[in-house]
Amino acid sequence: MQLGRVTGTVVASTKVPGLEGVKLLVVQPLDRHQRPKGPAVIAADAVHMAGPGELIYFVAAREAAQAMPDTFVPVDHAIVGIVDAVTELPGAEEAT
Amino acid sequence: MKLGRVVGNVVSTINTPHFEDRTLLLVDLVGPDGTPAGGYQIAVDNIGAGAGETVLLLDEGNGARQVLQAPGAPIRTVVIGIVDEVVDGAT
Repeated sequence: MQLGRVTGTVVASTKVPGLEGVKLLVVQPLDRHQRPKGPAVIAADAVHMAGPGELIYFVAAREAAQAMPDTFVPVDHAIVGIVDAVTELPGAEEAT
Repeated sequence: MKLGRVVGNVVSTINTPHFEDRTLLLVDLVGPDGTPAGGYQIAVDNIGAGAGETVLLLDEGNGARQVLQAPGAPIRTVVIGIVDEVVDGAT
């Protein structure tokens, strides 16, 4: 799983069967210091409560579909949690 | 599997049901010598890894669900070991 920032929404009125009613959000993947890293991805919102501006974590690949109510859907990124806090544990070495 | 070093944790109250009561760790990926290998993962901790520890990470969904005994969970990355030592560099 990776951290991401929701930056927008995607509206697609024509979708393949199984994706009806699935909320699609634009997510900018972040490094662990919450700096943008790599291109944005479109992720399904499996928590139903994520919105633009929020810090989230998402799961990629086949496991993304497991987060959906119907697990046999063509989804490759899914938001599975909204982040309240990221804590750097004391004693952990700083790595770049 | 990959090696990582635990550097933090992620707190979340709104999440999909499979993440209830699970500990999420922020883990930097490292090489066999412990130097940063670039990148990180948010991993579910099932064995009580702590800050600064080198851990063995599984980044594959079927094995992750098996380890956590959570069929159908949208979880892919799990801490599956705490590393005592890595011996590397044989030629």
